[in-house]
Amino acid sequence: MNDSISNPVRRVDAYDKAAGYAQYLADMKFEGLLYGRLIRTPVSRGVLTGVELPEMPEGYRYISAADIPPGGENRIQMIKSDWPVFVSDTVRYLGQTVGILTGPDRQRLHELASKITVHCRTQEAAYTIEEGLACRGGAIHGDDNLFADFHLKKGDPEAAFSQADRIVEDTLETGFQEHVYMEPQGITAEWKEGKLVFHASCQCPFYIRKAVAPSVHMPYENIIVNQTTTGGAFGGKEHFPDVIASALAVAVYVLRRPVQVIFDRREDMLYTVKRHPSQVLFRTALDAKGRITAMDIDARLNAGAFESCSPIVLQRTIFSANSVYDIPNVNIRGRAVATNTVPSDAFRGFGAPQGIFAAEMHMSHLARELGTEESEFKRKYFLAKGGKTVTNGTVREEVLLEQMWSRAAELSGYYEKLKAYPPGSYRGIAPAFYLHGGGFTGSGEQEIINGKVRITGSKDGSAEILLSNVEMGQGTATTFSKIAARVLDIPLDRVKIANPSTARVPDSGPTVASRSIMVVGKLVERAASQLRERWGGTSDESVLVQYEHPPWIRWDQETLQGDAYPCFSWGVCIVEVSVDPGTWEVETLGVWTGHEIGRAIDEAIVHGQVIGGVNQALGYGGLEKLELSGGGFAQHTLADYSIPTSLDFPKVTSFLVENPYEYGPFGAKGAGELVFDGAAAAYAAAVQRAVDRKVERIPATPEYIMEITEA
Amino acid sequence: MNQIHCRINGSPVAISSPGTRRLLDVLRDDLGLTSVKEGCGEGECGACSVLLDGKLVNSCILPVLAVSGGDILTLEGLRETERGRCIIDAFAETGAVQCGFCTPGMVMAAAALLFEHSDPTEQEIRIGLSGNLCRCTGYDMIVSGVALAAERGRGLW
Repeated sequence: MNDSISNPVRRVDAYDKAAGYAQYLADMKFEGLLYGRLIRTPVSRGVLTGVELPEMPEGYRYISAADIPPGGENRIQMIKSDWPVFVSDTVRYLGQTVGILTGPDRQRLHELASKITVHCRTQEAAYTIEEGLACRGGAIHGDDNLFADFHLKKGDPEAAFSQADRIVEDTLETGFQEHVYMEPQGITAEWKEGKLVFHASCQCPFYIRKAVAPSVHMPYENIIVNQTTTGGAFGGKEHFPDVIASALAVAVYVLRRPVQVIFDRREDMLYTVKRHPSQVLFRTALDAKGRITAMDIDARLNAGAFESCSPIVLQRTIFSANSVYDIPNVNIRGRAVATNTVPSDAFRGFGAPQGIFAAEMHMSHLARELGTEESEFKRKYFLAKGGKTVTNGTVREEVLLEQMWSRAAELSGYYEKLKAYPPGSYRGIAPAFYLHGGGFTGSGEQEIINGKVRITGSKDGSAEILLSNVEMGQGTATTFSKIAARVLDIPLDRVKIANPSTARVPDSGPTVASRSIMVVGKLVERAASQLRERWGGTSDESVLVQYEHPPWIRWDQETLQGDAYPCFSWGVCIVEVSVDPGTWEVETLGVWTGHEIGRAIDEAIVHGQVIGGVNQALGYGGLEKLELSGGGFAQHTLADYSIPTSLDFPKVTSFLVENPYEYGPFGAKGAGELVFDGAAAAYAAAVQRAVDRKVERIPATPEYIMEITEA
Repeated sequence: MNQIHCRINGSPVAISSPGTRRLLDVLRDDLGLTSVKEGCGEGECGACSVLLDGKLVNSCILPVLAVSGGDILTLEGLRETERGRCIIDAFAETGAVQCGFCTPGMVMAAAALLFEHSDPTEQEIRIGLSGNLCRCTGYDMIVSGVALAAERGRGLW
């Protein structure tokens, strides 16, 4: 046994959680607590004309836009501030917050809420990407419904297209996906000594502080956000807590009493953000030998009713639209389209899964068309060190995809199975290859976040890590602690890390973009090594460090040109399925997956991320159907929206290859999102081979497979 | 208002509550047994799992009247036993815990399974956990946790 940092330890939070001691928001006690219920619009688009309230018993209050304090503004400060706290006139989606009803008894509150009637004048709404692009019912945003319209160009695609031997067209589509963190959204807010204090199940405590400040017209120093032990998030608790917190801010400002909002599962599924549905159109130029000479790509995301972070999600989609392939000439257009659905937002992968699904399936379709074996076709185009990305950035690391492919192919028996199960044999095996850029896009880390981390050493020999990145299940309480313990050369149990409070920790940035370990973990490593120089474990010392941008990065935010990410993490996934020709049910027979994430800070934690991410992606690819219905969603319970159970997918075989990254702690790069990016495409391609029909969208449910097979 | 007599975590308890109230609310709000989580409120996710007379039940869809005369075990009770400690340790060791919100329910499901099958196969474990949803782990490491508890706890089950 070597003493690599990657060797697994028992997670620092495992015992408290497994023994039921961990306190989540709903488990905490607050003196004089009132409960709150959001009152929502019954239509997707229109104008609010009035709210009819029942007679309010004592202690119950309805709070709305009219209650925003003097100087306060009816807006939630995200990247933009187009999303109002409460609807005051225009309605943009079904279930938008009109007001908040508060009171001491949950049952009574529920009954009263059901007696409130919200009146709206209805307008024609746009729900789909097509309807949004056509500005159905008039534009929702600007004059074209585009939150963003980006263009990328690599090489000389026009020349390549003009010389093409033939052009292949393709359209790939993905649907909504619901996060289904097991702990629903919830926040308690209270008024304490002139300060507004939030206790929130969230990913980004400093985002909440920034979001609510305008609505109550309060300075940051009088707003405190404490993260509570968070029962899963996956991006769903990046911006959406801002929406609940803003309504609560106004309520608590008025009432000066603690108020708690915890969504029930139905509310959470109907009215919280989702993964962006996508439509990606490819035109690919081939030369006479069947080689790809150029691609023209038109990617569209359904962004929903408000901007939130859709333009940045879209950037990931288009930056991922060539997956791991070096295509010499490329044109890409990307549009984030406003519609009257619940806003789409961050979800593990953040736009990359849509781009990668499209690219992988298109490559798979090209291989079919050319009669070439899929893995062989794809491998010809692998990016290599020094290769150019679609933003004309440079791949700086050795790309180990070939090595990863050999191992995955061997573990899965890929080539034998390929022979044994020809196309259309109702058995199929297929690969997907993928990458994920680590950290914020472009110059975000430097220009927007500029994260800071503090480590204090005490004279009792213990150290404490102070930062704003949260433990939400992904294991950072343990991995940050391991980094500090290793550098300080103290036992793991001498390192403390608590759920962050904005009153106590420096802003190390949000818990997003697979940046926690790679970027913030590096700050932990640096702070710890500076502390070590002056702290012998017998005095009180403190070190604060700030982010430093790797010097080689060249990026132009205006033109989106250069190194979009300092480095990439890489993946390969092989899925084997059998399809029942009677029911079109798919049984997944095996999943083999390999990842290159620099170096794992903890192999067991990374393994947990891999299996969890792969299962979520297989759900996305095969099970999780979320359909629009009358502006809302047809599926709104866990009975009709099926996430994977322990019986849906088999044990995953997973391996890592090391390739340490200089600017990551102990060589680590991002892992949490990468592991979601590829399995849906591998699943879809395996189904495609099994039924010998092109799969063009996910989820590839039995209904869809029947549709393409019997057509 | 009904008077309901039952045993909870080994002690006799008299509950005074409308009989239609959810067992989940009585356990959490009246008795402070907050290991029992509400994940969906409709009997689908299993975060609120407890044992009623040794059988795994969802406390969110059980009216409290239905447990009259019954014997209820929550994680607060189980964790005080050697069996409970065995499962909890095995979960912690195999990386079965991530966000932790489903974990108490999973531990209860594991206990119910191991009471029934002291030496379960992987498939039996998967079936035993299939009423409990987890969004973080993809289940494999929970399955390993249960297998480890079975192996380590030989004689306990």
